[in-house]
Amino acid sequence: MAEEHGAETHGEAEHGAENHGPMHQFEIKPLIDFHVGKYDLSYTNSSLMMTFVVMLTFLLFAGATRKRTMVPSRWQSLAEILYEFNATMVKDNIGKQGLKYLPFVFTLFLFVLLSNVLGLMPYSFTITSHIVVTASLALAIWIGATVIGFARHGFHYFSLLLPKGTPMAVAPFLVLIETMSYFIRPVSLSLRLFANMMAGHVLLKVLAGFIVTLGLLFGWIPLVAVFGITLLEIMVALIQAYVFALLTCIYLNDAVNLH
Amino acid sequence: MPQFDPSSFPSQIFWLVVSFIALYLVVSRIAVPRIAEVLEQRHRLVQDDIDRAAALKAETDAAIASYEQAMAEARAQAQDHVRSITADVKAIADKKTAEVVAAVTEQITSAEARIAKARSDALDGMKQLAADSARDVVAKLAAITPEAGKVDAAVASALKEAR
Repeated sequence: MAEEHGAETHGEAEHGAENHGPMHQFEIKPLIDFHVGKYDLSYTNSSLMMTFVVMLTFLLFAGATRKRTMVPSRWQSLAEILYEFNATMVKDNIGKQGLKYLPFVFTLFLFVLLSNVLGLMPYSFTITSHIVVTASLALAIWIGATVIGFARHGFHYFSLLLPKGTPMAVAPFLVLIETMSYFIRPVSLSLRLFANMMAGHVLLKVLAGFIVTLGLLFGWIPLVAVFGITLLEIMVALIQAYVFALLTCIYLNDAVNLH
Repeated sequence: MPQFDPSSFPSQIFWLVVSFIALYLVVSRIAVPRIAEVLEQRHRLVQDDIDRAAALKAETDAAIASYEQAMAEARAQAQDHVRSITADVKAIADKKTAEVVAAVTEQITSAEARIAKARSDALDGMKQLAADSARDVVAKLAAITPEAGKVDAAVASALKEAR
């Protein structure tokens, strides 16, 4: 075990040598060592950002809902808008009975949203640019939806794989496609978020590198590009959070209402 | 790519689970119930106001309706009054007119009677006068005293011819 750990630190040192590459921003750096058995559960820069996400959410909602006035303050209004946005999304996609999943969807939305947005700050770290994080979330959602589906509908949940009104001739083919699409859900859900976040950050980093390389004379061209792409990335951060929560709602709808 | 370095996976998954549970607790224990409560309160407040406004409007409508009805009743009553008073007045006027007509008719009748009497009286006086004159004339001219009956008859026939 100790040898393994030694190899890790050695690997990190190697990464450290290429500190200015565009991939450096995705490095996981342990801040507080924490090992359980053979697992390295160190508190890292990623964990720190997650802590920020939780604390920020706590501060926003605990602070905004402290007074709970009939005419909301700005912060309360923001909290209400976020809530209503998610509540509407859940209600529109799953229906009234889906509201019991609102806390989960809302948590998911806030986690992805704040991870994406906080990650855009210079020198910070983007939690959602790591496939293991997005895949864990997506798998948990997918498994959870599947369990709910079987719990609610039993064996009948398989009928999800055969859309209504399918001619019997194409049914086997369609069931195959639907099965594949069902199993690909967690993959597409996690890859979409991960790829979007990583690509945007790499692009920003590469273009930012050009600013320095091109110097004072032409450096402003990539600077303008970085400015524009930063705006674009803010949009992507918001949209990806929405898409993630929306797809979760759609999967939950399949599980709850079975078309 | 640091994303595909499996040595960081346990740590990331562990802290993801921890933070996600913490975040879920914040959202489900604080954010959702509090915001749901305030939204519900606001909704109820607005609904109450709307209900109250509807009730007040109904009240107003009822008041207007009863006012209109009272107005209509009053108008009808007033018209009845006018009608009955007109009828009374007309009856009184008719009665008075009849009385006056009757009195006047009576007066006319009595006046006519008086006139007729006066006339016959005057005629009688004239007959007497004529008879007396005739008698005097006859007495002076013929120096005879005519019979009273003959003179009267002669005067009466003479008056009949003159008339």
